[in-house]
Amino acid sequence: MFATLLIAFIVGGLICVVGQLIMDLGKLTPAHTLSILVVLGSVLDGFNLYEPLIDFAGAGATIPITSFGNSLTHGALAEAEKHGWIGVLTGMFEVTSSGISAAIVFGMIGALIFHSKGQHP
Amino acid sequence: MDAKQYDTLQQSLSPKPSIIKNCLKAFLVGGIICTIGQLITFFYMAYFNFTERTAGNPTVATMIFLAMLFTGFGLYKKLAQFAGAGSAVPVTGFGNAVISSAIEHKSEGYVLGVGGNIFKLAGSVIVFGVVSAFVVALVKLLLVTVGVTNW
Repeated sequence: MFATLLIAFIVGGLICVVGQLIMDLGKLTPAHTLSILVVLGSVLDGFNLYEPLIDFAGAGATIPITSFGNSLTHGALAEAEKHGWIGVLTGMFEVTSSGISAAIVFGMIGALIFHSKGQHP
Repeated sequence: MDAKQYDTLQQSLSPKPSIIKNCLKAFLVGGIICTIGQLITFFYMAYFNFTERTAGNPTVATMIFLAMLFTGFGLYKKLAQFAGAGSAVPVTGFGNAVISSAIEHKSEGYVLGVGGNIFKLAGSVIVFGVVSAFVVALVKLLLVTVGVTNW
């Protein structure tokens, strides 16, 4: 269990370092950086490389935003395998719906509870 | 200013050490957030019927719930100032972007303010994620149909 936590820490931390390097060396905004990482995760899954990373690193691979790109591609590919090209569209959100639905629901709840104090990073 | 003075001045102003420092902070905070995620994953695997792969979904939802609390109390902003990409890259950063937009535009009303602006910051992630997933899946489908590769 401790080893799993340590691997999650190291792999998750390293993905964040990649993001920091893109931000600092490329002089890009966080939005650009996150978009690049999402595309990266989605392309990695195209080569079947992201699922092995999840098996190895657990939350170290599922928590960074790259996993969002991975699950979008994964859902699309799984449906495309079954139903052909139409599955590319229908399967897209099959795996990744929890992140978006949670963000919308908690965003609404947050807006109901909290008042603006300038929460932007 | 002679060459030696210039060298010391250049070294003191050089951004390189700050990049290393930023990366260390990002590594530390990003790593800690992922470790918390792993603990939540353990929880879902122990008390519900989730496997290592399927536990990712409830874990992400729980992390976004935590991001809501941190954002609401103004703590995520402070964390982001320290951690940079370390707090932006994990899914909590995505949650923070959505939730902070929702709270900030609350004053414009729930439909036009919250509903219209909730994805103001995070929208690009969804758009580029979906478009890139579409292209990747389409290319792979073509390659499989042609017989170059298999699923």
